[in-house]
Formats: sequence, structure tokens, C-alpha cells
Amino acid sequence: MTSLQQRLSGRLDDVTGDAGYEAGEHPPRMGFFTDTSVCIGCKACEVACKEWNDVPQQGSAGIGAMSAMSYDNTQALGADSWRHVAFVEKPAKPTFATTADLGLPGMGPPGFSDGVPAGDEGADQGTASGEDGGVRWLMSSDVCKHCTHAACLDVCPTGSLFRTEFGTVVVQPDICNGCGYCVPACPYGVIERREEDGRVFKCTLCYDRLKDGQQPACAQACPTESIQYGEVSELRERARLRVAELHDKGVDVARLYGADPDDGVGGDGAFFLLLDEPEVYGLPPDPVVTTRDLGTMWKHVGSAAVALVGLGVASFTSRRLVPRLLSTGFGGRLPGARR
Amino acid sequence: MVGRAELQPYDSYYGRPILKPPPWEARDIAGYLFLGGLAGASALLAEGAALTGRPGLARAARAGAVGGAGLGTVALIHDLGRPERFVNMLRVFKPTSPMSVGSFVLAPFTGLSVVAALSSATGRLPRIGRAAGVGAAALGAPLATYTAALLSDTAVPAWHDGHRHMPYTFAGSAASAAGGWGMLLAPRAENAPARAMALGGTALEAVTVELMKKRIGMTAEPYSRGRGGTLLQGARVANGTAVALSLVGGRSRVAAALAGTAYLMGSVLTRFGIFAAGIDSAKDPAYTVSPQRDRQRSTDPIGAPAAG
Repeated sequence: MTSLQQRLSGRLDDVTGDAGYEAGEHPPRMGFFTDTSVCIGCKACEVACKEWNDVPQQGSAGIGAMSAMSYDNTQALGADSWRHVAFVEKPAKPTFATTADLGLPGMGPPGFSDGVPAGDEGADQGTASGEDGGVRWLMSSDVCKHCTHAACLDVCPTGSLFRTEFGTVVVQPDICNGCGYCVPACPYGVIERREEDGRVFKCTLCYDRLKDGQQPACAQACPTESIQYGEVSELRERARLRVAELHDKGVDVARLYGADPDDGVGGDGAFFLLLDEPEVYGLPPDPVVTTRDLGTMWKHVGSAAVALVGLGVASFTSRRLVPRLLSTGFGGRLPGARR
Repeated sequence: MVGRAELQPYDSYYGRPILKPPPWEARDIAGYLFLGGLAGASALLAEGAALTGRPGLARAARAGAVGGAGLGTVALIHDLGRPERFVNMLRVFKPTSPMSVGSFVLAPFTGLSVVAALSSATGRLPRIGRAAGVGAAALGAPLATYTAALLSDTAVPAWHDGHRHMPYTFAGSAASAAGGWGMLLAPRAENAPARAMALGGTALEAVTVELMKKRIGMTAEPYSRGRGGTLLQGARVANGTAVALSLVGGRSRVAAALAGTAYLMGSVLTRFGIFAAGIDSAKDPAYTVSPQRDRQRSTDPIGAPAAG
């Protein structure tokens, strides 16, 4: 049995069961492990997602708009972008000048793999090579995190957002009335209202494909297995092994993001292996589900309501006290006061 | 003192916001914060006036309650992406969603206020009218304060971090608006309680806004700078004017009406200021990244307030 506070924040091992599905009868929690160390920025995930889910073309930048943000013209997740590949060009720092084989074919920009041993051409991903002017390429395919404690779902007033049997978070478009409350609730800035439609949209983790035993379109399209789909418990184990492997190879900047079930959102159903601080990729460093403080909020709302009633009562009963305090201003005469 | 939030390159993704601000029109939603507060506190004032034999004040306050709730409901529906589906707001009751809870307060409040106002205006069915008025008064305080949870139960830094203070600010602002409304419309002989309510509410609002700015750390910056800072400065001027007019105006009907108008202005500006500050705090990644990094660095358990 989960306590009220556990249902709002903190560790929650059976999120699907907590949502009301019969224990033992629902499928295991499914999710993504996105290993950005092998992302090549091909955007096949973005394209596959749009194709399968029939997501309109317009991104936040508008059709055909160029962002001047490296190769990223999608710019952010949103109603029309359920996968978003971030491109970071960061000046190389000598302190990270290690090389390691990340298991990729060589993809570096011209002149970038100078001095890298044969077979280590992909090392530029997680590490800096090259001298002055060297650039560290970071690419990452971002997606809805399908949080254990999903603020969007908790604040949705219509019940349009719901927890599926796979433990994912999905909008029911036939119920959403476009109130937009989920939009500022999301600590990752994922869900968004499509203004020409009026409703909100985001990644469904391809709910329709999952029900047919298929994997989500983005994971299927990913050529480097940067996007891995599977049972969350198994993916977390796989991610831990991958980080250990990278650390062994000297890529000590590798770290997991969203994989900790004790973090501020109770862990993400879609988590990441990153090669830099989360904010470099546009991710919040330590997100906390807003409903963690819901009890405190209602408590203060209640106290404030009592205070307001008290003020109302005092406005009628303290005609002696208040005017006396203010009597200098009234010249001793108390309008409306009855003696 | 907390300095201006600044991020270095690569502390954010091309300076883009991490959060998405709510897709709400200020006119509709900040407007509703004001109207809901006016309505809720007016219902309290109306019931007090009815109980103490002030029919003029009761009529004015009932009009404030029904007008605020009615216009507020229109604003809320207008702001929906799919206004024709507004009734879905009452499809489920979710205590985790202040918007859901608020819908279940606003809907009966509006109905009861209409009955009370009609009865009060026509003099018909007085007993049913009074009963409806008592019901509206009971829902009035929750209606005036739940909107603080509505804003705070989001990831918007300036709103979320203000969750311990904003309910009192909104209670004060609501009392100030309802009191101002009463002073504007009620007969002079009956408006003393309205004046007292406006004074008390304005004091509560002013004190709690300042407390919030001092206590919540760097995410309070948008309450002092930019659009939010300007609007809240305007609120202070309006409230100061209103208080001065109430105190020196004596028995003048004109002074009472002017003071009442200034109280209403002050409440409007406070709501629009808090609304704008929140939007600005969501749009600047510094208010998302810096407090979270500070929290990570501190040895306190998750959620310890950022040093301020």
C-alpha cells in the first residue's frame, strides 16, 4: 500500500499498479534508454515519429526556419516535435582529452580524428580531441520522460492525461479541452498546446504500437541503437553497465540522467546517458515534481481561507478596535459605526 | 541580497527556456485571479452585510459576487483551447489538480451567487436567497484562495517557490478588491465594513508579497524586475493611494468611491504582476537551472530551499 505522499513524490516501484491496474496482470513498465554517446544526430527518430504519429510539420521555429543552432532546426520538444535531437558544439577542453572507442564508425568532422588510433575514430563523441579550435560534438535525442510522478497527469483537470498499462503517460485527445495546465506543470517543458488545434500533444511512447507488441517508431528507426526500448528495470541495468564500460574506457564524463528511482520525479520512464551536464542539453539539472509540495500548498490555501473569513468577520465586529486605531485619520468621527 | 540571475554559455541550450510557460492569456487568467477573488470575498461581505442589516452593502456585494464569478467563468472558458469542451472540467474530481478542485468550487459558487443576487435584487424568495447567500459565502474563501495553489502547483519557478506565501497574498488581494467594490457602490452609511475589509486585505497583501520576495531566494527576482516588477510597483502605488483616501476621506462619498476604485486597481495590478513574473521566470532558463544546481550542491536533502 502506498501512502498519500508516496503517490505524489518519491520512490514508487509499481507505478502501473499504483495507477489502478491489477498487480500481476499489467505488463511490465516500458520505456526508453537513450544512450547519447552513440547518437550520430541523423534525426531518423524525429522523422519516424512524425511519420508514424502523423505529427504536423510545424516546429516551434515554423516551416523551413533556420535556427542558427548548429544542425538543430527543431529547437525543442513541443506539440509538433515529440522527438528532438539536440546538437551542442562545445569548445574542447583539454581536461577531457581522452579517447575511447564508443563502438561507432568514424563520423568526425574533417581533421577531427587526427591522431586518433585506428578504430577509435568515434572518440570525438564523448571526448575532446584536436588542438585549438577543437569542438566537442554532443548529440542527444530528447523525448517525453514518462515520469514516475508525472506532474502533467496529476494536474490535468479532465482526466485526459492517463497512465497506460505500460506505465507510460498519454493524452486522450477526445477528452482534452485545452486548458493548458499540464504545460507549465511539466518540469522538462515537454508537453505543449497546439494553438491551431487547441489541445495538447506529446510523445505517447507509440501506445498503439506497444499494444501490438511493436517497439516505438523512433527506437525502430534509430540506426545506432542510441534509442533503446524495453522494460524499464532491464534498461536501468543495461544503462549502469554502459556507464561502467565508458568509465573503464576513460570517458569519465558519462553519467545517467533520470535513471534514479529516488530522484525528484521518482525516476523517468525514458532516461538518458549524457556526456555533459544536463543543462548543456537543455535539461533541468534536478527536476522535482511540483505535486511533491501539494500538501503544503493545500494547507496554506486552507489557512489563508480561514484568515480571509477571519478578516471578513473582523470587518463587521471590530468596529470599535479598527476605527480606534485609525481614529486620528477620521477626525474622531466613525462613518457607519453604530454605537 | 540575491544578484541578477545570469547563466554562462553552455549552462543552457542556446539560451533557450527549459520550461514552457502556460499558454494562458493574461487578460483571461490574471483577470480571473482578480475576478475570482473579488467574487469570493464579496460573498463573505454580502453575508456579513445581510446579517448586520445593511441591505445596500449586501446588494452591492452580491452584485460583485455574481459579476466576478460570471465574468470569471467566461474568461476561463474563453481561454480554453477547446471552449466547447468546458464541461469536461467537471468530468472527474482530482484533489491533485487545483484546477479541478477550483472548478468544483466555482461552479456551485456561481449558481448560488446568481440565486442570492436575484433574490436580493427582486426581494422574492428571501429565505432561499439567504440560504444561497450563506452557501456562496461558505465557498467564497476557498474560491478566493485556491487560485494560489493553481499557480503554485506548476514548475514555474517564481510561482512554485511562492507556494507558502501566495495564498495569503491572494486572500488579502481578494479582500481588498471586495472591500473596494463595496466602498464604490454601497451607501455611505453602510460601507464601514467594506472599508475595514479593504484596509485589512491591502495590509495582508502588501506584507505577504514583501515576505515572499525576501524568503524565496533568487526566483523572487521577476517580482521586482521587468513587467512583473513594474505591475507590482503600480499595485503599491494604487494601494497606497487607496489607503490614504480611506483614512483622510472622512465621510465623503466621492472619496470613498475613489478609494474603492484604487483598491480595485491595486488588486488587478497585483494579480497581473504575479502572473507576469511567473511567465518571465519560466522563460528564463537561469531560474530553472541555478536553483536546481544550488540544491544539488547543498548537502541538505532534496527540496531544501535555495540559499537566498
